[in-house]
Amino acid sequence: MTVAPKREAYDVVVIGAGPAGLAAAATSAEAGLSTLLLDENIGPGGQVFRAIASTPVTERNQLGADYWVGADLVRTLRASNAEIIQRATVWSLDRNLEIAVSIGGASAFARAQRVILATGALERPFPIPGWTLPGVMTAGAAQTMLKSSALVPDGRTVIAGQGPLLWLLAAQILRLGGRIDRILDTTERGNYFAALPHAFAFLTSPYFVKGLSMMREVRAKVRVVSGVTELAAAGDGQLASVSYVAGGKRETIPADLLLLHQGVVPNVNLAMAAGVEHRWDDLQLCWSPVLDASGNSSVAGIAIAGDGAGIGGATAAVVRGRIAARAAVEALAPAAAAKLAPMAQLRAELAKTERGRMFLDTLFRPAPQFRIPAGDTIVCRCEEVTAKDILDAVAIGATGPNQLKAYRRTGMGPCQGRLCGLTVTELMAQARGKTPQEIGYYRLRAPVKPITLAELAAVPKSEADVKAVVRG
Amino acid sequence: MSRDYDVAVVGGGLLGSAIAWGLGRLGKSVAVLDEGDITKRASRANFALIWVQSKGLGMPAYTVWTVRASEAWGRLASELKQQTGLDVSLQQNGGFHLALGEDEFGQRADFVKRMHNQVGAADYKMEMLPASEVKKALPLIGPEVSGGSYCPLDGHVNSLRTFRAFHTGFKAFGIDYFPERPVSAISKSGGEFRLTTPKGELRAAKVVLAAGNANQTLAPMVGLHAPMGPTRGQIVVTERTMPFLPHPLTTLRQTDEGTVMIGDSMEDELDDRALKLSISGVMADRAQRMFPHLARLNLVRSWAGIRVMPQDGFPIYDQSETHPGAFVACCHSGVTLASNHAFEVARMVAQGALEPELVGAFSASRFGGAGAANNSGY
Amino acid sequence: MFRRSEQDKRPQVEIFVDGVAVAARQGDTVSAALLASGRDARRSTAVSGAPRLPYCMMGVCFDCLVTIDGVGNRQGCLVPVAEGMQIEIQKGKREIGK
Ligand SMILES: Cc1cc2nc3c(=O)[nH]c(=O)nc-3n(C[C@H](O)[C@H](O)[C@H](O)COP(=O)(O)OP(=O)(O)OC[C@H]3O[C@@H](n4cnc5c(N)ncnc54)[C@H](O)[C@@H]3O)c2cc1C
Ligand code: FES
Repeated sequence: MTVAPKREAYDVVVIGAGPAGLAAAATSAEAGLSTLLLDENIGPGGQVFRAIASTPVTERNQLGADYWVGADLVRTLRASNAEIIQRATVWSLDRNLEIAVSIGGASAFARAQRVILATGALERPFPIPGWTLPGVMTAGAAQTMLKSSALVPDGRTVIAGQGPLLWLLAAQILRLGGRIDRILDTTERGNYFAALPHAFAFLTSPYFVKGLSMMREVRAKVRVVSGVTELAAAGDGQLASVSYVAGGKRETIPADLLLLHQGVVPNVNLAMAAGVEHRWDDLQLCWSPVLDASGNSSVAGIAIAGDGAGIGGATAAVVRGRIAARAAVEALAPAAAAKLAPMAQLRAELAKTERGRMFLDTLFRPAPQFRIPAGDTIVCRCEEVTAKDILDAVAIGATGPNQLKAYRRTGMGPCQGRLCGLTVTELMAQARGKTPQEIGYYRLRAPVKPITLAELAAVPKSEADVKAVVRG
Repeated sequence: MSRDYDVAVVGGGLLGSAIAWGLGRLGKSVAVLDEGDITKRASRANFALIWVQSKGLGMPAYTVWTVRASEAWGRLASELKQQTGLDVSLQQNGGFHLALGEDEFGQRADFVKRMHNQVGAADYKMEMLPASEVKKALPLIGPEVSGGSYCPLDGHVNSLRTFRAFHTGFKAFGIDYFPERPVSAISKSGGEFRLTTPKGELRAAKVVLAAGNANQTLAPMVGLHAPMGPTRGQIVVTERTMPFLPHPLTTLRQTDEGTVMIGDSMEDELDDRALKLSISGVMADRAQRMFPHLARLNLVRSWAGIRVMPQDGFPIYDQSETHPGAFVACCHSGVTLASNHAFEVARMVAQGALEPELVGAFSASRFGGAGAANNSGY
Repeated sequence: MFRRSEQDKRPQVEIFVDGVAVAARQGDTVSAALLASGRDARRSTAVSGAPRLPYCMMGVCFDCLVTIDGVGNRQGCLVPVAEGMQIEIQKGKREIGK
């Protein structure tokens, strides 16, 4: 099923079929705009609603009610006129809103009047000693396998980190009969105090009751160690043990699987490559795009919705998707906007979903030692560059990620900096006594995902293009 | 930053770094002033060839200078290795320029003939080879390759590691490298140059301008002249693959890490952030016609760099009449010429005068009026 | 490391891993099928040869690189299995012609 887009140009192209993208595409199509939704995965749903249309997990309560919300979103979208293409990887988006997308090993090209980026989030790098060992994965990875293939951990399993997703995953694993030997909670003790002023908003938010009951459910079955201040994975070519320090005491436990998680961060690659301005977010500790209230970015015609716009969670993502789409409709077909939920109503809904966010962000702000590694801990997994290598580069004059790249190849591998970029920025900021904003980020360019040489070769070319290359 | 230096080098790219390193090697106290992380820095964007064939049509002295650099590269690589432990992966076993189809072959053959007919140039044995001969050296070429030119002096290097090795070597030579110190003004008083930067003034007995295309604005501050005509070059690079290419080509080479670099366009556009896909498309298309098995390789990155390009394509090395002790150096092919910069240019700067027999032809006095046509032959 | 929940009633799909038949399920990604198989599916990196297994399962980390039907360096976590698919665990750099 490898179909190229039916048209050359669309009113709205939405990239990413998670909650934000599903909602945005449905809204735009409902208003009668020609709408294309492109998504890299096998089926719609993004990370939260992963495999929503195909999951083998039939006992609905095991995944939880929040998961099945995704099914309605997909149904609504499928009932609309939006064109949906899965397994479609967008590898280039430029200021002229020209899109290059790889589908089934061939590239297709489309133009848009409005692009809504809904490329979501990825898990924050968790660069501890041994995190590249086979047997160490992200919690999100385990959850992906659980949702899409009903796979659960079987051997000696340790989950380490913090944040709502970690507890949700633990509960899901247990409900499906999987094994968890221990949970190592890395939430900093001081964060509880820092988060206190925001507690009221949280207590009255929908997260509170749900979160609490989930934690209770997990704690009843698994030993949870809180206040973990150090963490390392070890083994010879394969994870064998996890060691940690809690309350000043070190312990080492045997393990076959270590699942790491310390929150999610916006997936910025496509937006940055398109030239969208980003700023360092000091609370969420990541790069977030600079957006107006409708999600419009610094590049005319490009809006961002969902977690790619700054972490807000699935419910907020749906509303942000509708807001961005409504704004596109207002710009392209103002008359049709009347059909849609009014902007004021959407903004009010968004404000409601954002209640409690400050509390979560403050409470689950990852500790520095889990973000900024030292010594021979690997920072860049692709090029196998360590924290020490990076500090050596700073010592000979690297002031930011781009000169570092020239010296050390960080970020030059296939993941294109997705798993080292934040660490590099923060590590260099610490080493140089600067803010992450001052240090900056890799300059990203197309292709934002690898494509074959043949695909690039198939781009339409002019005589002038040939002249720019061929020389006697 | 009140310390006085023998020499202040403006620009920490490959040119400035090679010259500074060479000066440090001679025991001079040197400061290198450079911009920060986001800047046009050709030394991070280049194709890393040490290239002799086709250099110097229209200026025989450039051919001589290039051959000299190619011959001195081995010494540079081994000194850097000794000093820093970094292997820059120098390989000089000859390089190819491949032609696709008969027309391109004919054009290249004409070019080779014109090069050979040029008097006063060094002989570097560039020759045309038919496809059957090329295939012996490069067994994986495709059927469209009609042949190409070959020169035994050509080679390539890991230019990023070279860049790092120079900067690593600074430490050992006691050279001060100051990033985030763009120079905005230079004056001379009391026999000393004073360089203005956002973080204060720096004084030095001599100054070398090696700020790439920015030399055009800096040079007049010390009575020099450096007319530039930059161009943009795009490059794409693949994932790592097993070694398959024993020789570098003008537009395709396999790095010591295993990636395949495919270059490089020549455009008037000077924005290095945006890319023109249709141009990289031509590069990709030609690469897969040269080596069909590459078609399935994944490209992981692409970028654009702005070439440091004197207006006529040939290097500029000059010294100031009005401000003795001020020098300017800029050229395309800063990788190829790095050895000359580290050994010869540094020596001449240290001794206080450029040697006309070596670099006299490269004085900017050759730009009488408007810049001549670009003839870099690159 | 992982096992299948009993409720999974998806039809079986047979794939071959380094020539050996392995039972996967329709809708599995190649990486999920490999992890579920219990086989040693560790690839080795192109840089140092270090062993790796999938890390993110969402297309980000490229630690799931694998040769699928003769094409090297594919992201196993993004490719669904198909009947008769030939998988090779990739050791080091991508080979010429693969
Ligand atoms: C696409 C491309 C392909 C190439 N391929 C090859 C090749 O295969 N072989 C080869 O030999 N050469 C090649 N080159 C050329 C080679 O890279 C350059 O000749 C060389 O890097 C030039 O070095 P540079 O130091 O003059 O310039 P740059 O590397 O550009 O350095 C200039 C430095 O000056 C700094 N600067 C600017 N203004 C100021 C100021 N006011 N104060 C202080 N600092 C300042 C900049 O920040 C920068 O660090 C290529 C170039 C490009 C763009
Ligand atoms: S497992 Fe991370 S990209 Fe496939």
